[in-house]
Amino acid sequence: MKVACRLPHSDYEIITLGHGGGGRLSQQLISGVLLPKLNNDYLQELHDGAVFPIADPVRLAFTTDSFVVSPPFFPGGDIGLLSVYGTANDLAMCGARPLFLSLALIIEEGFSIHGLEQILSSIRTACDLLELQVVTGDTKVVERGKGDGIFINTTGLGAVLDGIEISPRRIRAGDQILLSGSLAEHGVSIMSLREGLKFDSPLLSDTSALWPLVEAVLRRGGQGIHSMRDATRGGLASALNEMALSARVGIVIDENALPVREEVQGACEILGLDPLYIANEGKFVSLVSPECSEQVLSAMREHPLGRDACRIGEVVAGHPGVVVARNGFGATRVIDMISGEQLPRIC
Amino acid sequence: MKYLDEYRNQALIQRLAEQIKKRATRCWHVMEICGGQTHTLIRSGIDQLLDGIVQPVHGPGCPVCVTPLEKIDRAINVALTPRVTLATYGDMMRVPGSNSDLLHARSRGADVRIVYSPLDALMLAEKHADREIVFFAVGFETTAPANAMSVWLASQKDIPNFSLLVSHVLVPPAIEALLQDEESHIDGFIAPGHVCTVMGFEEYEELARRFSRPFVVAGFEPADLLEALLLLVAMLEENRFTVENQYTRCATRMGNLHARKMIREVFEVTDMKWRGLGTIHRSGFRLKDEYQSFDAEVRFPLDHISTPEPPHCCAGQVLQGKTKPSQCPAFGKECTPERPLGAPMVSSEGACAAYYSFRRFQENCL
Repeated sequence: MKVACRLPHSDYEIITLGHGGGGRLSQQLISGVLLPKLNNDYLQELHDGAVFPIADPVRLAFTTDSFVVSPPFFPGGDIGLLSVYGTANDLAMCGARPLFLSLALIIEEGFSIHGLEQILSSIRTACDLLELQVVTGDTKVVERGKGDGIFINTTGLGAVLDGIEISPRRIRAGDQILLSGSLAEHGVSIMSLREGLKFDSPLLSDTSALWPLVEAVLRRGGQGIHSMRDATRGGLASALNEMALSARVGIVIDENALPVREEVQGACEILGLDPLYIANEGKFVSLVSPECSEQVLSAMREHPLGRDACRIGEVVAGHPGVVVARNGFGATRVIDMISGEQLPRIC
Repeated sequence: MKYLDEYRNQALIQRLAEQIKKRATRCWHVMEICGGQTHTLIRSGIDQLLDGIVQPVHGPGCPVCVTPLEKIDRAINVALTPRVTLATYGDMMRVPGSNSDLLHARSRGADVRIVYSPLDALMLAEKHADREIVFFAVGFETTAPANAMSVWLASQKDIPNFSLLVSHVLVPPAIEALLQDEESHIDGFIAPGHVCTVMGFEEYEELARRFSRPFVVAGFEPADLLEALLLLVAMLEENRFTVENQYTRCATRMGNLHARKMIREVFEVTDMKWRGLGTIHRSGFRLKDEYQSFDAEVRFPLDHISTPEPPHCCAGQVLQGKTKPSQCPAFGKECTPERPLGAPMVSSEGACAAYYSFRRFQENCL
């Protein structure tokens, strides 16, 4: 058949919101625009942070993240907590104890001082919990209309635990995939707030500091922990796809094993969204050798942040780069990386 | 979760599939009209479960997919007009017009807002009296009552800065057009549950009689579709050409009378252009003369934007169920969700997007 579609291709001469959605467009921006200019051994791993040796055996992890959440205050957290936990969690995903943080604030003219104080109190609380310090910072104010209230950037430095090596390169067929808890709570909490949805029980963001749980996992699993990734922007689907792509392995997950709280599922049904693609701020997946997966899972469940942890699937040698879900009656489907933003459906 | 888990119950699904296999003496070609149903079929793998027993043919019931290029171009033009806000359902954002899409228009500075209801757009109009708020009223009969309500309310409350860019299509005339096409071989239909919840299913009884085809009004969960397929296969095996209702928890024969009244108050039936299918006689809604002042195509100079549909785009073949998405030579190659050639690849309800998302690594797909 001759294809005569005259419809346009999108050439993306400009940035669209989809480029920031954590899905395939974000990947294309990184691999097509950023990496060609800046690539090096550290960047090309495309991990949550870079790990580099200082003086054997000391290894540092280094990462940065920007926070543009709107609204800045939401049930279960605020942009302050998020800006500490987000960066600290990226360090944790490198197997590193978070130590030091930089803090850059970009504030829009008109933002209330009281609001700023609240955010700083949250930052302080989060730092105290993790025993880390903000050691340098910067403040900029932009004209009204040139920012969305407040943007925060934090950069973190951490020390990798001895004997731990977390890298997509270590992922092997047979690795078990463990998820630390139920999905989609952060994204659904924010979206319900924006849409004015009200539920009998409030939907709280899962914003939390993962290091205490990650440390327990690393101490139990040691070298058996091959790779970890927090399922933030783009959700679990993006985290798994990124791992499958960078390790050139296939991933099979069991759809029935995915934990989603009932109220979150309900909100997703109402809003027409798939929980697999919705952001989390306190959940991670670890890819673990089959020999130690049971011990690691029980270590997770002993910790309050990991009490709903479960095994959701495994790494396979077939279909490299593709994540597949199997449902209860044996049918399979591809869990694709989202294209741009997740867009609510008409009906 | 109540009203959800029971319709995704695996034991029930397996049992229904076995019953269908026992009942069928041949492979039946069944068209599900609605894109939501297409998505459930492919996502849950019901087509794999019934391979060789029921051959699903995916119908044109994805509102995003059948909205003509011209309307998308007009929406983009309206959105780029100074002091105008275009409010739209989310999945219209990525649908390609002839040069751009609404996502690109937004990144070029157009004020495009995603809303969940036309009433949200009406609220925007009340809040921002200095701006024109245009709601992109796309959809089948399902979205018509709320769209009609927004215009009726705007008229009652005398809100002058609100209008609709209407692209409303109707299911029964499209089924009629498909059945009159000698190339399509469809044995029976899964009728769209949500459309029937609004409109009832009297019109389908007429189609069943005229064209000797059975219809089952169905819901959207896996067990709904399997139960509907069981009813449909039984009717096909017994040569019964009537309408049965599987979706009894929502749809009734007469539909939602209040909603239908609101539609009649504001809209009238008109000929309508469909992307991929061409113009179908009396297959859409337009605003009635007394509500013309709320028609964005009257309010804004848009007549000069007239975009012909591409003559041989295979999206039309897909929308008519003549080509499976995976049979299109561009599928997954030139045409992907990031660079869609046709609308069925864009919308999450589109058949091509469903195949691409859920099936593309499987051998029979690429």
